[in-house]
Amino acid sequence: MAFLKAFGSWLPERVVTSEEAASWVGTDAQWVKNVSGIIERRFASDTETVADMAARAGADCLERAGALASSVKMLLVTSGSSERQFPGPASAAAEKLGLKDIPAIDLPLASAGSLFAMSLASKLAEQVGEILVIGAEKMSRLVAREPQERGVAVLFGDGAGACLVSPESGMCEVVDSQIASDGSFSEDLYAEADSPIRMNGRSVILQASRKIPGSIRTVLERHGILPDQVSAFLMHQANQNLIVRIAEALGVPSERFYSNIDRYGNTSSASMLIAAAEWCREHTFTPGEPVVFAGFGAGFHWGALLARAT
Amino acid sequence: MDRRARISAILRRVAKNEDLPGPEVSLFETGYLDSFGLPDVLSALEQEFGITIPDADLNPRKFDTIERIEEYLDSRE
Repeated sequence: MAFLKAFGSWLPERVVTSEEAASWVGTDAQWVKNVSGIIERRFASDTETVADMAARAGADCLERAGALASSVKMLLVTSGSSERQFPGPASAAAEKLGLKDIPAIDLPLASAGSLFAMSLASKLAEQVGEILVIGAEKMSRLVAREPQERGVAVLFGDGAGACLVSPESGMCEVVDSQIASDGSFSEDLYAEADSPIRMNGRSVILQASRKIPGSIRTVLERHGILPDQVSAFLMHQANQNLIVRIAEALGVPSERFYSNIDRYGNTSSASMLIAAAEWCREHTFTPGEPVVFAGFGAGFHWGALLARAT
Repeated sequence: MDRRARISAILRRVAKNEDLPGPEVSLFETGYLDSFGLPDVLSALEQEFGITIPDADLNPRKFDTIERIEEYLDSRE
């Protein structure tokens, strides 16, 4: 068994409006809002690293869980935007959090990373103990690379989210998860060193429109739960239009899908955990209510995780 | 109604635009369909023609023009 004990998040102070982002690529804020739902995003300072943001979100999560660093037996940090090819940000984040002599493991996945890390942590927690999962992204590094594309540069923001997965207790019990990958689409969304993000937007949206609802249905059907019975869908904040489309595909009101993309943009692998952290601060759980997490990203990697309030 | 007319009806319904491009003209490059319209078109094609389009076939290039949509449907017969 595994439980989601608490969520945490951290966002940089600097607000970058869509007016500013649109000016980089010769468009306007209304166009950005129409195609993505994004009004503003946050950018980290030049000196803030992925590990810095990861550690701050992790610390927020531990504080909300009332947990000491010494209770954490493994750290999983997922990021597609870390500054170094190696080591990834996990070991530096562990050091900043005061996590000593535990495995600090990087999952270099964009967008779906938090979902993958939560799924893995939920399967490992009984053997390992408490696992701190962090998604942290400094996407501003990538969008600054020339040439900036209109359909890409305006979408992304920086930030970090975290979740403490426990084998003993928490606000939700993890019931099931499904994660999958298909490398035949690996050329449709990628970033190489010092190059801008390359994205075949039509392919990404087409695949995500099918695979996210498919994964959600799979985990729900295994447990006899209908989409309409789910209290909240906490998914990767890629694009508001995509979120609405997925809600329609599942036949549930889009309001059931928590969204903060208007304020933070697409923070890649951090976004789902930032959304979860904010939603949990606003929500009082009713025991037994189902909550679904879902993600999709470069690879393609995708999946869904079903939890139930304790 | 012949097949091209059925495809055209789907495209007009999804795009909410009667001004359909020619059969060999890109639905995307002309702006007739946006990225979010394509999933709706494919779902409608599945319903209209009684097929299931597998994920491996979800390549936007296969559905870029009316002629390519026809070619895809030919391949499924």
